Amino acid sequence: MKGYNFAYLDEQTKRMIRRALLKAVAIPGHQVPFGSREMPLPYGWGTGGIQVTASVLGPRDVLKVIDQGADDTTNAVSIRRFFALTAGVATTTATAEATVIQTRHRIPEKQLREDQIIVYQVPQPEPLFRLESSRVETKRMHGLADYGLMHVKLYEDVARFGQISISYDYPVMVNERYLMSPSPIPAFDNPKMDMMPALQLFGAGREKRIYAIPPWTRVRSLDFDDHPFRTINAPYPCGLCGAADSYLDEVVTDDRGGRLFVCSDTDHCAERRAAGHVGTDGFQEAAE
Amino acid sequence: MTLTAGFANPVADAQSCFRAVLNAMARPGRVHLVAGVTAPFPLCGAAAAVLLTLADHETPLWLDADAEAAGGWIAFHTGASIVTADRSAFGMALTLPDLTGFPNGTDEMPETAATIILQVASLEAGSRFVLAGPGLRVPAILTVTGLPTDFAAIWQRNHGLFPRGIDLILCSGGHLTALPRSVSIKDA
Repeated sequence: MKGYNFAYLDEQTKRMIRRALLKAVAIPGHQVPFGSREMPLPYGWGTGGIQVTASVLGPRDVLKVIDQGADDTTNAVSIRRFFALTAGVATTTATAEATVIQTRHRIPEKQLREDQIIVYQVPQPEPLFRLESSRVETKRMHGLADYGLMHVKLYEDVARFGQISISYDYPVMVNERYLMSPSPIPAFDNPKMDMMPALQLFGAGREKRIYAIPPWTRVRSLDFDDHPFRTINAPYPCGLCGAADSYLDEVVTDDRGGRLFVCSDTDHCAERRAAGHVGTDGFQEAAE
Repeated sequence: MTLTAGFANPVADAQSCFRAVLNAMARPGRVHLVAGVTAPFPLCGAAAAVLLTLADHETPLWLDADAEAAGGWIAFHTGASIVTADRSAFGMALTLPDLTGFPNGTDEMPETAATIILQVASLEAGSRFVLAGPGLRVPAILTVTGLPTDFAAIWQRNHGLFPRGIDLILCSGGHLTALPRSVSIKDA
C-alpha cells in the first residue's frame, strides 16, 4: 500500500518487537514488556496481536484471522483486510492453508502444524491481576515463582462451589515455571496448548506485554489431585455438522426458547459439512 | 576505506532473517539459511544479517577484539554504540567469550539479559551435543566446530540460572541456529 511500510509498522518498531519476541521464546511464559504503538484501531480490538503479526509476517505468508472461532465476524474481517491492504499477503479461512493465524479467544479445532504460528490477542496478560492489583508485586511473585495466591483462589472456588469456577482464561503453568494467562480462550481449548507443534505468540497492546510458548512445551492447567482439571462443553453435538468433539456456541433462534448449538470454529464446521456430515438442525449441502 | 552494502532489500531481508532466528530460538539447534547481505570482514553472512535484523541505536553492542575490523560497518548500518560486555544488549564474538561478563538479567526482568551472536567455523561438522528442552519434542543433535571443549559445562552454568541467562545465536557462513537459555546441553 502506497505511503506505508510493509505490514504498516516502521522497521524500528518491528526490530523492537522482534527482540521482545525472541526473549519471550527463550523464557517460555514470561511477560516481556514492549513499546506498544498506537494502531489505527482502538485498544481491545487486537492491537497487541496485530503488532506481533506485523512483525512476523512476510510476503509469502498466508494469514488467517479468527474472532471467537469465526472467520466472518467484524474483528476478524477488518484485521484480515488490514494485512491484505498493508502487506499484500494472501489470506485464507482454511486453518490448514494458513502459515500465520491470528486469533481472538479460540484455538482452531484442527491440530496445528510445526510450520504454523498462532498469534493470540490478549486483553490482560497478568494471570494474577484479579488477586493482586500491584504490578510491582506480581512481577516479584513471577520472579520468585510464588503462585500460592492462585492456588488459594482455586481452593476457595472448590470450597464455595464444589468445583473450580473458571470457564475461560483458565490459568496455566508453562514449562513448570511461569504462571500464564492463556488469553480468554475457553478452558476447553487449554489442552490444545500442551505440546502444541506450532509456535504460540501472545500480544497485549494496551498492557504492553509480549509472551510466547515454543513448540512442544509442557502447558499444564492448574488443578488439585482431588479436583482435576476438566473441560466443559455443551452436552450436544453441533446442530449443523453433527460434530460431538468441537467447542459449541449457543444461538437463540426464536422467542419461544428455541436454541441451536453450532461449532464455534466456522472453518471446522464448513469443512465437515462439505464432507457430507449433517447435524440434526442442518441440511444436506448438495440440496441447497 | 569503502563500506560494503547492507541488506539488498532491507524490509524483506530483515523479515526473512528474523523468521530464521525466531524459528531457531523456537526449535533450538535447527539450522536455517539466511541470505541477502555481503558480509564485512571478518564477519560471516549470517552474523552480519542477524546484526542488521536486530541491532540498532537502542541496543548497545559488545564487539570481540577480533571483529573490530567490522566496527565501522556495524556503526554505519545499525547505529549501535560499542560498549563493554557488562553494559551490552548484544555481543558479537568470533570465539566464545566469558558468559559471566554479560548482563544475564534479573529474576524479575530476565529479558534484560544479553544475546550473543557467535560466529563458529561450522554448523555441519565437528563436536556433537545433545539438546533438550522447550521447542524439542525429542532431544536434538547439534553439530558444531568452534566451541570450547568444555562448552557443555559452561552452558550448564548458564542454563542453571534460568529464567536468567544468556541466549546464543550461532552463525557460520550463511547458516545460523540458536541456543536459548531454556535448553539443556550434554556432550553426545
